[in-house]
Amino acid sequence: MAERTVSIASAHGLHARPASLFVQAVAGSGLAVELTKGDKTLNAASILGVISLGIEHGDEVTLRAEGDGADAVLDELATFLTTDHDA
Amino acid sequence: MNLQGVGIGRGLALGPVLRMPDPLPEPSDASSGVTADEEKVRAAGALAATAADIRIRGQRAGGAAKDVLEAQAFMAEDPTLRDDVDTRIVAGKTAERAVFEAFAAFRDLLTSMGGYMGERATDLNDVSQRVVANLQGVSAPGVPNPDYPFVLVARDLAPADTALLDLDKVLALVTSDGGPTSHTAILAREKAIVAVVGAPDALQLADGVTVVVDATTGLVTASPTDDEISAARSTMAARAAAAVTPVGPGALADGTLVPLLANLGSVAGAADALAKGAEGVGLFRTEFLFLDSDRAPSVAEQQEKYTQLLTSFAGKKVVVRALDAGADKPLSFLNDEPEENPALGLRGLRALRANESILRDQLSALAAADAATEAELWVMAPMVSTVEETRYFTTLARELGLTTAGVMVEVPAAALLADRILADTDFASIGTNDLTQYTLAADRLLGSVASFQDPWHPAVLRLVGEVGRAGALLGKPVGICGEAAADPALAVVLVGLGATSLSMSPAALADVRAELSRFTLDQAKEFAEIALSANSAVEARVAVAAAASSLTNTTLTESE
Repeated sequence: MAERTVSIASAHGLHARPASLFVQAVAGSGLAVELTKGDKTLNAASILGVISLGIEHGDEVTLRAEGDGADAVLDELATFLTTDHDA
Repeated sequence: MNLQGVGIGRGLALGPVLRMPDPLPEPSDASSGVTADEEKVRAAGALAATAADIRIRGQRAGGAAKDVLEAQAFMAEDPTLRDDVDTRIVAGKTAERAVFEAFAAFRDLLTSMGGYMGERATDLNDVSQRVVANLQGVSAPGVPNPDYPFVLVARDLAPADTALLDLDKVLALVTSDGGPTSHTAILAREKAIVAVVGAPDALQLADGVTVVVDATTGLVTASPTDDEISAARSTMAARAAAAVTPVGPGALADGTLVPLLANLGSVAGAADALAKGAEGVGLFRTEFLFLDSDRAPSVAEQQEKYTQLLTSFAGKKVVVRALDAGADKPLSFLNDEPEENPALGLRGLRALRANESILRDQLSALAAADAATEAELWVMAPMVSTVEETRYFTTLARELGLTTAGVMVEVPAAALLADRILADTDFASIGTNDLTQYTLAADRLLGSVASFQDPWHPAVLRLVGEVGRAGALLGKPVGICGEAAADPALAVVLVGLGATSLSMSPAALADVRAELSRFTLDQAKEFAEIALSANSAVEARVAVAAAASSLTNTTLTESE
């Protein structure tokens, strides 16, 4: 299983537009990706789950995925999360 | 059938009614008789169809609405929600009930988180209603979107509704609830849409009925006669012709200048305001810089926006209001305490004082933007109640490098002591919406007391007169920046009471300019006396209208 831990770069956290774009990227990858913040783990393709984690700027989250190309997919998603989409 | 409500502006419209559909009833918890697997298929199909429909609407809407709708589409497709729906179906629920409950559970979760997440709860409700409507084979509640122009009739409109409204097709808005400061009324003023709000019987109007909507009188005429239709058409044609007359500075018939300024809520509105003849900005609301964030923007971020604003109005006056949070526009980082009566709570300057660093940052950003641009910048504090608050704000603004600082008069206490308040500051600007709410003790956001929210009330006008008198005595400017200034007949009265400038939605500038040019300062003062001596808002309005029309008729006879 591939795994990446990153800290969120967007100034307003993973809400609104960044959350929507992130979910879109996860859904587009075709892989089942898990997102963990603290002790909560959920399906990263769930916008309601992502929003309800209340992820703020600077929070650390962990992404996990299995299967073909999991490393490449996680690299791409990690890059997304470490880019400030509110800038 | 005739309906009476409160007209917004002076427009007139004629067209067929379309009703905003009522929200769907809660799906019943009875079992359906089909198997759980069949219910799951139904639910999956409805969720997918709804997501697709929302995406199409998003592409059609474009802009900011597209992002909101794209997020809503993902909510309909959400895999976690889908699992929850399936679990509830297995437990014996129908697809409708399972969808309803699953969305409600997420909505409650988001609401409990508050702030931005809480606001998304409205989006979830909208998606939930659409999926349930799809399952039940009924039309989804929401803004009608026909391919012909129509008069939209609703209980009241929420921002989410109006964001999706195709304004080119909306001839007029008629609501049963909501007063002159409701979201519907504000939208109507901003976009110059004909509107009558708070007409109690509006929901009895059926789809397809032709109506004449007259905002001047607040009257909606259903199924008008041929004569009434042709009268409405000729009035509309005459007004369209008058609207193309050239634009000059606002002035009374005797040449007394009354600068006409724009109320703006973002930098984006600047070009439109100038095109409509604004001589500057009388109220620039700064909340838009703060509302979408959970922290205050930095000095540099603010300075950039203020510089854009001041650059658009080079050589003109721009009055910027310090952040006005609270009551109808709470900001979590300013005041997170729940209050029993937010309109009477820690809001306006009170909230800024409790967070002085935010006020200092804002004033510093304004001073820096002022130094770099050519506009004439004035700043003012919202919701000032006392002489002491006036001194505090004026001193702080000067200390941070601003040359002209004033206060908003929205609280009766400030109006009654206007002579002392104005002695300690550079100018006053009267916010008539809040002044009316506080004078008549009627919540301006509450439909049930909307009839109290009328700035024509002689008690409100007397307070305006106090401020006007103090301004004249001390040689300090007194502006009006509430919705009252957008009512042409009332604008003349306000000038008669001592207002030296008027600020309003840019769409109202042409009508107010035309009305001011019909009367002299002495006549305006006479109207003010007539209005002050009335017993009620309605009496004041009627008496001034009668005096104005008798004057106009006399003038016509004399010139013959």
